[in-house]
Amino acid sequence: MPNGKETHLGDVILRVEDLHKRYGKDEILKGVSLELRRGETKVVIGPSGTGKSTLLRCINQLSVPDKGRVWLEDVEITHARTNINHIRAQIGFVFQDFNLFNHLTALRNVSLGLLKVKKMTSGAAEARAREELARVGLAAKVNSFPAELSGGQKQRVSIARALAMDPKLILFDEPTSALDPELIGEVLEVMIQLARGGMTMIVVSHEMGFARAVADRIIFMEGGGILEEGTPTELFTCPRCERTGQFLRKITELYGETDGQ
Amino acid sequence: MTATQILWQNVVPLFGALPVTLEVLGLLLVVGLTLGVVLAFVQAYGRRPLRILCIGYEQLFRGIPPLVVILFFWNGVTPALGVPVPGIIVAALALGMRSAAYQSQIFRGAIQAVPAGQMMAARSLGMSRIQAIRSIILPQAFRLAIPPWANEYSSVVKDTAFVCVIGGLIDLTRQALMKLAPLSMRRPVGTQLILPYLVILGLFYLALTYSGNGLLALLERRLRVPGFEMKGKVER
Repeated sequence: MPNGKETHLGDVILRVEDLHKRYGKDEILKGVSLELRRGETKVVIGPSGTGKSTLLRCINQLSVPDKGRVWLEDVEITHARTNINHIRAQIGFVFQDFNLFNHLTALRNVSLGLLKVKKMTSGAAEARAREELARVGLAAKVNSFPAELSGGQKQRVSIARALAMDPKLILFDEPTSALDPELIGEVLEVMIQLARGGMTMIVVSHEMGFARAVADRIIFMEGGGILEEGTPTELFTCPRCERTGQFLRKITELYGETDGQ
Repeated sequence: MTATQILWQNVVPLFGALPVTLEVLGLLLVVGLTLGVVLAFVQAYGRRPLRILCIGYEQLFRGIPPLVVILFFWNGVTPALGVPVPGIIVAALALGMRSAAYQSQIFRGAIQAVPAGQMMAARSLGMSRIQAIRSIILPQAFRLAIPPWANEYSSVVKDTAFVCVIGGLIDLTRQALMKLAPLSMRRPVGTQLILPYLVILGLFYLALTYSGNGLLALLERRLRVPGFEMKGKVER
């Protein structure tokens, strides 16, 4: 069980140093630093508007930070000379509202990156896409268009799309927040399997059951900074900051202890 | 000669003039589509000075009557150039540039109607901006653009009638104009034929807009993808 023990973790794969981001007058990130180790699952929690999504977007430069640096292994992502497309191909991103390509089938959604970015042959890309869709339980839906899928199915296609690229890590931006309650489980199940299979991931989520089950570390963010970081046991049982405990109680009250096990 | 025979005698040359109208239409659509798409992309993705330039162009060509644009190019620009330019080229350029201004708005609207998350998802996979535009934005924008583009098509079919002011270019309308005077001199039967003759001229244009729109509707159906249809239709 990864829960709480960090012995299975490898070297540092992602390093974030003093990230700042401002949109107009609002400073969203006020100096965020963190380290992610190979095989680690980090869950980021915190009230809305505290910069959790912005943090993820600043990591793969979908938003460009005003200040601070990010390294993937020994490559500085934030360096102007770095080929950002090459970096992004190694970092999966799963969006809250899926962002599947609306005009393409599930299969094409998953194979497109392989064709265009990895330059695989169409036969190989399609085979790989089928494999990934089967892995998230959607072998029967390869020819469906996004509009023909449920929210949970869409999110699983988008996870397959990220997985197909063989990413070094995956960033999940509130992957279950846009889903109906009864569809959350099927997505969490896929994510739990990934985490247990050793995938490196940062997950912004309010799913405390998920966090408890698979997080190696939980980060509590508020007001554009990291307030507390620790193992689930540390954060759930004896939060050093009173604010973290308060938030955890409130979240548990609101969302319940949904766990996708 | 019976009235029908006289009428037919005057209709036959219209078939002869039809290729000229079709040629003008085809060329102006090529000019309008190419330039329109380029202008749309600059407006959607270009830098500010370029965008302002495009907006200026679009305002200019949307604000002047097509007939005036043709006169400007044929009677103003061409003689000043000093080299003979074929009338058909002048016609296609003048009308094409006007149509490009309208088409740029159609394509810009369609590009902007594609949700921002589509570009973000494409870029997050490591696709370049160009790749994302080509594989993700364009195919969706193109589908959204077909209905308004069909509208513009109908509009330019009728614009081609203005090329009758270009000397030596005998299109449908010019050919009909040439037959009106002789008809009106054949009293009384000739003058009575003017009305049906003009109806027939109108039918030629109607056939062009009708068949073109039919083809576009077919294209729209062929490219139909679930999710791009009207959602949440009220059934009663």
